[in-house]
Amino acid sequence: MKYIISGILGAATLGMVATAASAGTLEDVKAKGFLQCGVSTGLAGFSAPNDKGDWQGLDADFCRAVAAAVFGDGTKVKFTPLSAKERFTALQSGEIDLLSRNTTWTINRDTALGLNFVGVTYFDGQGFMINAKKLPGVNSALQLSGAAVCVQTGTTTELNLADYFKANKMEYNPVVFEKLEEVNAAYDAGRCDVYTTDQSGLYGIRLTLGSPDDHVVLPEIISKEPLGPAVRQGDDKWYHIVKWAYFALLTAEELGITQANVEEMKASGNPEVKRVLGTETDTKIGTDLGLGNDWVVNIVKAVGNYGEVFERNVGQGSPLKIARGINALWTKGGLQYAPPIR
Amino acid sequence: MSQNDLHYVRSEMALPQPAPLRERGPLAWVRKNLFANPFDSVLTIIGMLVVAMIVPPLFNWAFVNAQWTGTDRTFCATVAQGGIQPDGWSGACWAFVHAKFGQFMFGRYPIEERWRVILVAIMFVALLVPLLIPRVPRKGLNALLFFVVFPIVAFTLLIGGVFGLPHVETPLWGGLLVTLTLSFVGIVVSLPLGIILALGRRSKMPVVKMLSVIFIETIRGVPLITVLFMASVMLPLFLPAGVSFDKFLRALIGVSLFASAYMAEVVRGGLQAIPKGQYEGADSLGLGYWQKMRLVVLPQALKLVIPGIVNTFIGMFKDTSLVYIISMFDLLGVVRQNFSDPAWASPQTPSSGLVFAALVFWMFCFGMSRYSIYMEHRLDTGHKR
Repeated sequence: MKYIISGILGAATLGMVATAASAGTLEDVKAKGFLQCGVSTGLAGFSAPNDKGDWQGLDADFCRAVAAAVFGDGTKVKFTPLSAKERFTALQSGEIDLLSRNTTWTINRDTALGLNFVGVTYFDGQGFMINAKKLPGVNSALQLSGAAVCVQTGTTTELNLADYFKANKMEYNPVVFEKLEEVNAAYDAGRCDVYTTDQSGLYGIRLTLGSPDDHVVLPEIISKEPLGPAVRQGDDKWYHIVKWAYFALLTAEELGITQANVEEMKASGNPEVKRVLGTETDTKIGTDLGLGNDWVVNIVKAVGNYGEVFERNVGQGSPLKIARGINALWTKGGLQYAPPIR
Repeated sequence: MSQNDLHYVRSEMALPQPAPLRERGPLAWVRKNLFANPFDSVLTIIGMLVVAMIVPPLFNWAFVNAQWTGTDRTFCATVAQGGIQPDGWSGACWAFVHAKFGQFMFGRYPIEERWRVILVAIMFVALLVPLLIPRVPRKGLNALLFFVVFPIVAFTLLIGGVFGLPHVETPLWGGLLVTLTLSFVGIVVSLPLGIILALGRRSKMPVVKMLSVIFIETIRGVPLITVLFMASVMLPLFLPAGVSFDKFLRALIGVSLFASAYMAEVVRGGLQAIPKGQYEGADSLGLGYWQKMRLVVLPQALKLVIPGIVNTFIGMFKDTSLVYIISMFDLLGVVRQNFSDPAWASPQTPSSGLVFAALVFWMFCFGMSRYSIYMEHRLDTGHKR
């Protein structure tokens, strides 16, 4: 018995991590030597472990981008997988420095929960997937009147579904399940015609179906689910760093700076590129943020620009093959827009 | 009249005859065990039909059609699903289990440091096996090594940070490592703590008795998930900002306390089964309380409740999966987490992973169960029925 008590006490002292709570998050992160980043417990394309156990995905790469901006090294990041219930507590209690976990930006979370969302790294929304063989000729959700719809119960998804069909004066039969696995199995077995959940999730689920090519994700999006990273309120300096790391990813894509050509681009004569990459003489953009002037170079070297991150994790370079759609840059008809870096 | 005149009396033993044909051989066995009466026959036929319906497809799925090697989902998906298998193929994707095996065993423990876990596992087996075999001598030394030296060495090796070993934080632990660590600590802590609580509950000292009752009833009154959830979500909010306990440690304490409360009730059942005469006999010998318990009551009581104790152990072993709710990944958690890897997403991946997890859990639980039966038979002195 004695060794157990001493063991527990020993473990307790080792397990107590006392960080200097007074300094800002940037100073804390620099002192620790790594960024503690909260991710999901596994969502295809956003944060999921690969064969070696390394976290891959859009959200995970955003963590790496912030680590690269701070340290010049995208590997100085430690991931904390968090369940949906734990995520806000973990951020509030200082267990993590940054929450990058497919979290929807809402006013309640931005105000009452004490978070600051830095932007929208992925514009998601509830969509519909149908079996094209069972419902030939359907190419819009407005044609779904009378359909049996598989949906997970107790989610906002279920409420949005009811609103959408009521607003469009359509009938539907909800087929509800408690667990995601059950919904998948029921849909695959043909117990319902339509599957509804967040559109990014539909693409992941499609891969696990018996014959994915028979299934089509309809273009309609019936709810707004802007997913973005969040930080704690009350530390503007850190908030700015994370926010501008996101804008830097977008700006790099806009200017055609990629992981492959970032070194060549440093020699570019284009004043905008020079300003972004910190090669302009007497630039203070990086140091004003509290970082080095080559912060954008570091970000792009670590993960590439936003377009590369997107295509690698969820787009054409991944098994999910999600189209850019509204996540394209504003210049290409999408919603991704960054204020100028100057 | 001499005996020899009685011709109908045998003078030597009749040679043993073989049993009649309908009482021996496989046919008789089948008749006796499977088709003894019409009801049995119907049950047998139904049973055989069920077996015939389930076993061949399962065998085909798990072995004949299974994909054993591969590097990504294309090996486990049909052409229509974007893979290489013919359409209509259905087989286990053991390639997924193979590719993720390291994670299933160690979680995200750094690959170059995994030898430390393997070393701990070897020490664990090397100390546990002689402890379990009654013939092997020096049980005292063995137990000392296993229950005192081993946890300290294992703790040092796994956590690191000393003797030039790099520090490995517990969030990186996972898979079977977490399952076994949680259950080992739970078992080692809960048995002595449970015995003490059970004695406390039967104590005549009101304060000790009340504290034991409060502890046991509080812990038994809430689900394990609540205990884990409190430890994970509520505790950090009560602590001063910037101070946090290791989450794994919180889970360890939660699981151990939970198991102790159940163990206490199992042991109490054993204590109540001991006749009053045993207590009085010990008293009349002039034994003190602890001597009485150690020499007379507990050896009999614990022997009686071996099935209950092992039941609690097995239950706890499986309950460790609940740490999934606080984002720690035991074997089942890691398996499920890896379903989300888009490189392996296919219709066969989840079933293959779950079958593998079930097999591993079954191996451990079945092992514990068989050993407990063996110990029951060995210790069964005077209660044989």
